[in-house]
This record gives sequence, structure tokens and C-alpha cells, in this order.
Amino acid sequence: MNTEITGIIASFLITVLLAIPLGRYIAKVYAGEKTFTDFLSPLERFIYKFCHVDPKKGMGWKEFLKAMLTINLLWLIYAFVLLLFQGHLPLNPDKNPDMPADLTFNTAISFLVNCNLQDYSGETGVTYLTQLFVITFLQFVSAATGIACLVAVFNGLKEKTTKNLGNFWVIFTQTMTRILLPLALIMAILLVFNGTPASFDGKDTITTLQGDTVQVSRGPAAGMIAIKHLGTNGGGWFGANSAHPLENPNYFTNMLEITAQVLIPVALLFAMGIYIRRKKFAYVVFGIMTVGMLCLMLPTVISEIRGNPEITRMGVLQATGAMEGKEVRLGPAASGYWSIMTTIISTGSVNSMHDSSMPVSGLMQMLGMMINSFYGGCGVGFLNYLIYIIIAVFIAGLMIGRTPEFMGHKVEAREVKIAALVTLLSAFVIKGFTALAAYYFVHHANADWAVKPANWLNNPGYHGFSEMLYQFTSTNANNGSGFEGLSDNNPFWNITGGLAMILGRFLPIIGPVAIVGLLAGKKYIPESQGTLKVDSYTFGVMTFAVIIIITALSYFPPLVLGPIAEYLNMH
Amino acid sequence: MKKHILVSLKLTAVFIIICSVIYPLVIAAVARLAPGGGRGQTLPVNGKAVGYANVGQKFDRDNYFWSRPSAVGYNAAGSGGSNKGPTNPDYLKDVQARIDSFLAHNPGVRKDQIPAELVTYSGSGLDPDLSPAGAKIQIPRIAAARHISEQTLRDLVDQHTEHPFVGMFGPSKVNVLQLNIALDNLK
Repeated sequence: MNTEITGIIASFLITVLLAIPLGRYIAKVYAGEKTFTDFLSPLERFIYKFCHVDPKKGMGWKEFLKAMLTINLLWLIYAFVLLLFQGHLPLNPDKNPDMPADLTFNTAISFLVNCNLQDYSGETGVTYLTQLFVITFLQFVSAATGIACLVAVFNGLKEKTTKNLGNFWVIFTQTMTRILLPLALIMAILLVFNGTPASFDGKDTITTLQGDTVQVSRGPAAGMIAIKHLGTNGGGWFGANSAHPLENPNYFTNMLEITAQVLIPVALLFAMGIYIRRKKFAYVVFGIMTVGMLCLMLPTVISEIRGNPEITRMGVLQATGAMEGKEVRLGPAASGYWSIMTTIISTGSVNSMHDSSMPVSGLMQMLGMMINSFYGGCGVGFLNYLIYIIIAVFIAGLMIGRTPEFMGHKVEAREVKIAALVTLLSAFVIKGFTALAAYYFVHHANADWAVKPANWLNNPGYHGFSEMLYQFTSTNANNGSGFEGLSDNNPFWNITGGLAMILGRFLPIIGPVAIVGLLAGKKYIPESQGTLKVDSYTFGVMTFAVIIIITALSYFPPLVLGPIAEYLNMH
Repeated sequence: MKKHILVSLKLTAVFIIICSVIYPLVIAAVARLAPGGGRGQTLPVNGKAVGYANVGQKFDRDNYFWSRPSAVGYNAAGSGGSNKGPTNPDYLKDVQARIDSFLAHNPGVRKDQIPAELVTYSGSGLDPDLSPAGAKIQIPRIAAARHISEQTLRDLVDQHTEHPFVGMFGPSKVNVLQLNIALDNLK
């Protein structure tokens, strides 16, 4: 068991050690300083010229968001068409069929918004063409979209007063060429040499040692698995995601994949400190996020290592922890650690089946997604945290009786309204849709749909309720993991899930960018004695308290009905 | 707005070529140098591939080391776990049935010696491994079925035990397919 604990400690330390230099590099890239990747600038200049982008031209916050939304709409249409007709297109050695319309709706949105919820299974639901041209493509560009919007926020915070948040096209292109593509290439090659497939061969048929005939799905998976983690996307090549022995062949690849998904979100925090010249602010944010992560991660790892009390009662040895839904080569500690990292970071890839986790772990996983800003997804993590900061600034302002200020700008009614709206929206989407699903389950259990509500749960009782709550928490947080027992490939779940995902993506991006755009346009007020210092630990703790209070008020009731009731019932 | 659409179209085209054509082709080319050439590494017996090194297989005969129970029957055309919650009464009945079946096939084994992985589904349904304890508990059954000494089998399991990554990180494990190929070679 000890080597499992050292495994997760090492995974975290390696992440931080890599994130520090990466953060420094990222800050240089966006500041336009010299870096060792400058050999790529001819390629970037060619792209700008070909696309008629003037890289020197800045954008105000409205134009920035318009550009972002336009290209996202285009990607949505593109993905929709390709998935709908994939069965008739080339690169389909396994002869997988076209995607049905409701599933296409869900899948196209899911990958566009960096959620990567998969109501299909990778082996049968998509073709090599759509895996590469839709899924891998969107995994790259959706991560770059999130990061670009965060950089716009950095630009707003950096200057005293400015109307220029940077050029969306330029920031997007640099994110692709300087950060995501080089890192993904390195990671894919490491995966390939550890046994992840990368060739275009279709399924193989094999007669096993015992004489059974089975098939083995393969394909050009390594590249997608690299960006799925680096871009905090999470959608797997295979149905079982990173529990699959070809997607995550050994403990080294497990450390690689868990490090990769945390790397960019943490590096972006360090980059922020350098870029906006407020290092202490970045360290305080990182510290608070780390404390939050530990609060969720430690109980999870402990309960997974202890094993399932119900199985203990049967008298079986659980020396290797709760093994249902887990892989022997990864073990309960690395599975528990991963399940929290993947839920706080909005990756949503899994290396164990969350539906079979202990109730405490399920609770912590859901809390991670409800808060959605302890590190958080590529770019969007800090954007979510910024909303909490604005609310904390507002409350602190009320408490000390001064007009609230954030980094030299007055925070007024409009900004606070946007922040409150974004916060309340999540609670409304998660609880509203879960209530709707539960209503159909109870009152129209035999409704004549593709899957009858009575049959969409894989587990009875409190855990069944958790399956529905988890699904909407995951879609709203753009996480993409699931309590996969839920039969979600049918019109009800595909459509409601698709709506929750799109609401959970764009408003939480537009909100913070708009807030910073508005703030940056205001007159700069120099710091004085009475200024609320947002880079102090006191304010960090204040933000943490705001997060806890908002989360508890919003989600305590449904959590009691799900994982908490299950826990109490079990013990 | 019109200008944004034009830029969007062209930028999308550029990055489709980079991310969906060049990127996977470069990786596929590099993968040819990797073991298995990027098609997955197979294990041969008498020159014929009997399986993939990393993908588990079903072993349920008494003269082989059993692999873990699987939700997909070890057919790697798909993958997945049971997704049963820890308190689901039907699930707990299934686990009890697997315990009973294991005890019936392994006389002399006590219930509290059975490692949990032998009576639970893995996450992928394709778990290629067992913990060393999960292999060793099966030794008396195999020794009786094959008329081999238990000591030989214990040595075999020890030989095939893979230790934590760089000696420090992660669990020890035994690859069941490799172990069973070696078991066949003992004769």
C-alpha cells in the first residue's frame, strides 16, 4: 500500500514542479517575449496572412467574445454534420453506423464545450474519421478557446485602464501552436512507447490461450489520449476511458495522464502571477485551490483504500481496497486521487468506474464538479474562481463598509449581478434538471420513450438518485465523467444533457470576460490604506469561505438525498 | 460579423489539417518504432499470437490461473465495468455467488483469504492483471489439476511478479496471460 501513497504524492509534486517552468514559458508566449519555440513564428505568420488576421489589432471585450462565439458556432455545425453521416464516410474499418440525431446533438455539444460526456462507446459509436476530425479536433480547439478567454481576462487585469483584451485569433493560434500541440506530441509519443495503439488498423480477431475467440478494438488512439488530458477534455478513445488497458497501459502512463490533466490549469495560475505582475495573488489562489483539493481528495483516497464495508461484512480480504470498477495495475489510491483530480479539473476522464466508488468518494467527486474551480479546466477554472472572487470582494466590501474594489477598479452593481447570475445558474441547471429526471422516474416510469424512465437507473435507492444528480452536475460543470450505470443514450438524457452542457459552458465564460472588460474600462484607483488587498491570505480564506457557503446553500439538499444518505445507510 | 465568419472558416480549415491529419500521421509514423508498431503488442505461442500483452483474457478453467470477473466477458470489441453501486443488494448477491463459486473450486481456501479483486469486476472488463496474492491463492488448485508441486508454482508467480514502477510507485502485479503461457511451458 505504501508504494501507492508515494505514487500519488509523486504525481502531485511532479505536476507542480513542471507547472512552474511551464507557467513562466506561457507568460512569455503571451507577452510576446523570446522563447525557444520562436521557430514556429513563420508558421503563425503564414496562418495570420492566410486567414486575413491582423495580429497587431486588439479587440474590446464584446468583439473578443463575438469572435469566440462565431468560430464555436461553426465548429458545432461542422461536428454535427460529420457525426450524422460518419457511417458513409471513409476511415471506418469497423463499419460503425451513422450517429442518431439526438446522440449527435449531445456529442457535438459535448466536445465543443470541452465537456466530453460520452453517451456512446468509443469502440462502436464513432469511426476513426470522427475520432480524429471531430473529437480530437474539438479537444484541441475547445481547450484553446478556454485558455484564450482566460488570457483576455489577464490582459484586462494587467493594465490600469484598457479597452483592449487582445486579439482572439492570435491568442487562440498561439495557444494551439506554442502550448497544446508541442505538449500533446511529446505525450502521445510517450504513450505509444508504453503500448497505446496509434495505427489505423481496425479490430483484430484473436483466439485466446484458453480457446475463446475475441476481438480487440484498436486505432490511432495515442494522439487523442494525449490531448484529452492536456486539454482537460476527458473523452476516451475506448468506452472504459483510462481504465482501458490500451488507453492507460501501466502505472507510468497513469502518472503521465494524471499529471498532464492538472498541468496546464496549474501552470496558467503561475503564468498569471508573472503576466499581470501579481505573483503573490497567484500563489494565494494556488494555495487556496490546493487546500480545497486536499479537503476533497484525502477522504476519497482513505475510503477507497479501506474498501467496501458491505464486502468486508461478507468476510473477503480487501488488502487492495475497494476493487469493484478498479484496475489492479492502478490500485485504489491512484484511482481515488484520479477521481478527484478529474472532477475538480473538469477533465472527466476516469481510470476507475465512479458509479462503483464508495459513497464518500461519490460525494467528493460531485462537490468537486459543483465548485468546479479548484484548479478547474483549461482556462475556465480560473474564470469560475474569478466569479467567487467578485462575490467575496462584494461581501467583504459590505463588511468593511467601503465600495468594493478589485485590482484598482470599483466593482459595481452590474459586475456583481453578472457574478451572481453565473453562480445561481449552475444551481438552477443542476437541481432543475435532476428534479425533472426524478419526476419522470417516479410519476411517468412507464412513459413510452426509447428507454423507459424506470429502466434508466442501474442501481436502486439513494445511489440511483446519485446517478441522475451526478449526470447533471457533470454536464453543467462541463466535466464529462459519469455514474455510467445510467442509461443515458436516449432522447431524454441526450437532449437535457446537451442543454445543460451548453448553458454550463458559455455563460460562465462570457460572464467573467464581461466583468473584467467592464472593470478594465473604468478609471484606475491607486491602492491606499483602506484598499482591500486581494493578494492577502485573509482575502484568500474569505474567498474559500464564500465558496463553501455558496456550495453548501446550493447543493446540500440533493447531496443529502444521494451520497450522504447512502453513506449513513451503509455504516 | 461577416469578417469573423471568414476568419473562422479559414482558421478552422488550417487547424483541421494540423490536428486531424498531420498530428495523427506523425504519431502513427513514430509508433512504427515502438514495440508492436503501434498496433498493440501481441504475445506469441508457437509463432501464433494468442493475445495482447496489455489486454486481459478470460481464464476460468481449473488448470489455469483465473483472471478477474469481467462485465464484458473479456471481449475487447467493447469495454466497461459493472457500474454497480457499493450498496446495491443485487450486486452484493452476485459477489456472494462469486465467493461461493471460488470456494467450491478452491477447496481448503478460507473466505478471508480471497482477495477482493477475484470477486469484483474491473473498470475496463479487460484487466490483464492480478495482485500477487490473487495469483498465489489459486496455486493449490492448479497444482492439483496439473500435478505440479506448489513450490514450482510459487516460484513461477514470483518470477512473473512485476514490482512497482521504479521500485517506488504503484502496486505490484502479475500479468495473467503471461503467467499462464509460462504455466503451459512448464510441461
